[in-house]
Amino acid sequence: MENLITRHRELSVLAAVLISQVFGLAVQVRSKDPQHAPLIRVWAVATVTPFEQAIVHAEGAVYGVWHNYLYLRGVRQENRDLKAQIEQLRLEQVRLSQDASQARRLQALLGFKEQSILATLPAQVVGSSGSEQSRSLYLDKGERDGLRKDMAVITADGVVGKILQAYPHTAQVLLINDQTSGLGAIVERLRAQGIVRGSPAGETMLEKIMADEEVQPGDRIITTGGDGIFPKGLLVGTVIKVSTADLFLRIRLHPAADLTRLEEVLVITKMQDVAPASDMAASPRAADILAQRLPGVPDKPTIAGAPQAGTSEAAAADAVAPKSAAGAGAKPNPPDTAAKPQGPEPAPHRSPGPQAKPTHDSKPAPALKPITERMQ
Amino acid sequence: MRLSQTSPEQVEVYRFPWLAAALIPALAIFFQAFFPVQFPFLRIFDVPLLVTIFLGVTRRNPVTGLVTGCIIGLIQDSLTHHPLGVYGIAKTVVGFGASSLGVKLDVEHAVSRFLVTYGFYLLHQFLYFSVQRGLVGEALGWAWGHELFAALVNAGAAVALFALLDRFKQRN
Repeated sequence: MENLITRHRELSVLAAVLISQVFGLAVQVRSKDPQHAPLIRVWAVATVTPFEQAIVHAEGAVYGVWHNYLYLRGVRQENRDLKAQIEQLRLEQVRLSQDASQARRLQALLGFKEQSILATLPAQVVGSSGSEQSRSLYLDKGERDGLRKDMAVITADGVVGKILQAYPHTAQVLLINDQTSGLGAIVERLRAQGIVRGSPAGETMLEKIMADEEVQPGDRIITTGGDGIFPKGLLVGTVIKVSTADLFLRIRLHPAADLTRLEEVLVITKMQDVAPASDMAASPRAADILAQRLPGVPDKPTIAGAPQAGTSEAAAADAVAPKSAAGAGAKPNPPDTAAKPQGPEPAPHRSPGPQAKPTHDSKPAPALKPITERMQ
Repeated sequence: MRLSQTSPEQVEVYRFPWLAAALIPALAIFFQAFFPVQFPFLRIFDVPLLVTIFLGVTRRNPVTGLVTGCIIGLIQDSLTHHPLGVYGIAKTVVGFGASSLGVKLDVEHAVSRFLVTYGFYLLHQFLYFSVQRGLVGEALGWAWGHELFAALVNAGAAVALFALLDRFKQRN
């Protein structure tokens, strides 16, 4: 045996090195967190990225001096153009803010919750993995700047990827066009859900869309928000080519963010589920106003043997009685009002009938007219 | 042009100053990690692989070749998001193969360098994908057209790079 190893020394060394690497791979694959950074990974990243950061920052400094202090040709004209553009944008902002407030009102009515971006951190791209099979980037900010694993990385144009590993001074970002990436996305026009990932050649593809969906070039693809990493509605890209492959469509995307020329990105460091602020919540309701203006009538004492709340009439009255009306000194209605049939849209100022107890039910009225209409 | 060398006397073994032997792989890895961000088309090159092949065929020592390939591969693995050892295994085999082949073939000529690099690039990619699919369990796609084109591009780059690196070698 010893002779055999000595005679084939090179092959023995090769076998030993390969077996040890295969063993190491098996340990990593079996571990719960394959992305757990062994020392060699930390050392390699800590050795390479400082040089990359130094070059990128030096390059930025030279570029800044040149463009901010030396090369100022055309700046006045550009300034005038930008001022004109600001005026146009202001007009558009007024229109959009009206649309937005209307959308918020509707969302509030539906109890709709959305994830909003609370904080972002700008970071500069300093390096890459250097492998065609691993489409990832390194940023100049890391754990000490508040970056954590699984934070979303975006640009003003669209989605870039997510943080895969945060080191003390740098962070590794997995791009959406990596083959192992998987981003939940929907076709905005059709609301068809799929998964965005990369092809072997680095193209961005949308997968798992059924072949009978009518996806067309030019369709916008946005995030679903279901993965808990990206907020809903961020632009991923647009469809540039659609072909059928068996059961599913083969959809090629043009990423909204230029993944090949990334210089600066935004890392979403804080997100929150928020219900949209509504104008309805802030403004007083018509029922409250009317309840305050009408003269107060003392409650009748409860008559023994009279029908109690819980009967069908009382229950119906409960169901339509606005909370505030009940809370603001509920008074018995005149008989004619109480006898009116229950319409689909209850009168907002209506109080419980004489037999009904004042209610504190917090259920809203089943159908509400827009606030402006009710005020009239 | 003669591609085969049958006489051991014809085999020239070279060595590199320790600084060059350390800096050439380090610069190759740095180049690979840094420049594709600025110039995305450079991503198609695998400069650490080219350096592994060059050091292997020049030094003609299989053990040194496989150890060099292993170290370069593991460092390259460290910068990716894949488990350590995928590039390590592929480059270990390439380093060993290049050193063994260097003993038998004339690898000083541009054409032989082109062909050797072309073959080793495809072998490297095949090993990489086999390990990724078989051992790691990641279903990476193989695109024949892309791989053949990348092999061609890398083989072309190897001819120029090897000529540049020839300046650092010293006859043993």
